[in-house]
Amino acid sequence: MTRTEKALIEKMAWGIRRRALAHTLARGGGYLSQACSSAEIFAALYGCVLRLKKLDSPISAGRFMGTPGPGRPVVTGANFNGSGDASCDNFILSPAQYALALYAALIEAGRMDEKSMDAYDIDGSAVEIIGAEHSPGMEVTTGSLGQGISQASGIAMARKIKGETGRVVLMMSDGECQSGEFWEAVQAACYHKLGNMIAYVDVNGYQCDGKMTSVMNIEPFDKRLKAFGARVHRIDGHNIDSLARLGRAPRADVYTLRHRPLQRHGYFKRSPS
Amino acid sequence: MEILTKVHAKHLVDWGREHPEAYVLSADLTGSCEADGWRDRYPDRFLSLGIAEQNMLAFAGGMARQGFIPLVHTFAVFIYRRALDQIAMSVAYPNLPVKMFGFLPGILTPGGATHQAIEDIAVMRALPNITVIEPGDATEVESALDAAFDTPGPVYVRQLRGEVPRLFDKNEPLTLGVPRKLSYGKDIVIVTSGICTEEGMRAAAALRGKGLEITHYHVSTLKPFRYPEIVEDIAISRYGAVTLENHSVVGGLGSALAECMAEYGAGKPLRRLGLQDTFAHGASRRYLMREYGLDAMALIAAAENITGERFAIDEASLTETYTPAAHSGAKPEAL
Repeated sequence: MTRTEKALIEKMAWGIRRRALAHTLARGGGYLSQACSSAEIFAALYGCVLRLKKLDSPISAGRFMGTPGPGRPVVTGANFNGSGDASCDNFILSPAQYALALYAALIEAGRMDEKSMDAYDIDGSAVEIIGAEHSPGMEVTTGSLGQGISQASGIAMARKIKGETGRVVLMMSDGECQSGEFWEAVQAACYHKLGNMIAYVDVNGYQCDGKMTSVMNIEPFDKRLKAFGARVHRIDGHNIDSLARLGRAPRADVYTLRHRPLQRHGYFKRSPS
Repeated sequence: MEILTKVHAKHLVDWGREHPEAYVLSADLTGSCEADGWRDRYPDRFLSLGIAEQNMLAFAGGMARQGFIPLVHTFAVFIYRRALDQIAMSVAYPNLPVKMFGFLPGILTPGGATHQAIEDIAVMRALPNITVIEPGDATEVESALDAAFDTPGPVYVRQLRGEVPRLFDKNEPLTLGVPRKLSYGKDIVIVTSGICTEEGMRAAAALRGKGLEITHYHVSTLKPFRYPEIVEDIAISRYGAVTLENHSVVGGLGSALAECMAEYGAGKPLRRLGLQDTFAHGASRRYLMREYGLDAMALIAAAENITGERFAIDEASLTETYTPAAHSGAKPEAL
């Protein structure tokens, strides 16, 4: 990675934090800690890891057009990633609770226009607090935690069968790794050798009720994953060099999972005034 | 009556030849769900996902997004009870063409409460975008796959396995949303589904012999449930309607018909036969149908109750009851 490239990604990361803070303050609460914890991950993903189709210009987020169903138009947040080609990556955000960080990353990456954020958390807008697949950057509907990795595995399986070169890149939170479905998915991904899927797990050590070790321990997380057959790299999640190097490595031959050391972060909620 | 064996198994393999985009997903019940023929014939299009249904259903959603047609095979009970949130968010919400084949519905398994899907229709019917199909004979078991494939979006099929009688003409396949009117009479309208239709046919014949005129409908599409012709027949009937289903009376066929009758203003009584808001236990199909009132005799008793007459029909006088010798050729331990 060149110094210019790295400087750009660092700038994106601070842009993500700044935007998330501004919207959290403006709305009197929000998922600020998620954005602070994952800013470098999102910046690295959209800055240099994800192989996405270039967009001519940033897209404007529209209004909520209805849920998918018969006779209703398909509105997909995947448009912001410009995915669809066999050589492009899919980006699956498993905790949709990180939507604010994703929206900020899309703006930083020049994929969503800045004005779209005026509609954040506004009734009738697609720029929702916890997005679904009609929200910018959201390719699937997640947020019922633990389901993203299974959906991503199904997509990876299909793309492997089709022989596509594009990968499935998954972004996860650590709390959702407590769920049984997560471990079901890890064993299935290893068993079916889904080497075209990589996952970044934001291991910030905190979840809704507080410190993860006071809710349900998942450590030693890396050892548990390795025992399942995953290839795991435990790295500093704020280290852009490591995040980029591993994400840009040649096609993995086995399932890979990356995460970061514990760091204190919580949900920021401003008290009603 | 013609009795066929492993109808789904044979049809599935034939069907698969023309549908290279279809993949069977299985959760350790491949032979028990008649997908072993597919596994052996199309090993590259068979995905074993282990006893991990939550992952399997969301995984199926992921594959469907990429243009494949996942045919999920496992016991009915394990699909909707173990993976409901995954079905709702990873399959139904995005309206993806995942076709779910749930075997051994209701009391068809001697495996007891853990294995008996008694509220699957109620649960699946409540999910937006999902179509619910329940075959009632070999003709419908053969055609359910085509009906599911031709229907856009997710489909849940309460599928039958093992020995299945042929009640309907081989050339009259299951058509989505089209009920079968098996007889017409102005006294009582009987509406049945699944394995209960055979019981309904038996009861209707016996009651007709006693001078009661019976309209009998078989319904194989439980969602969408739009049957104005049935409700109109009920509205002009003398005594109203009786439903019989291999399911809880809460949320299934009887409930769906009740909703339609109320909206139409049919103004006639409805008696719902089926599991009366109770779990069942492990025993033979014939015993459970008798014990829980899912058989022809239960229908006859309901007709007596409605009319206030005694028909003196004993079970022996009914047309020979067909009871499968075994629960398919599957291993006894794989209930």
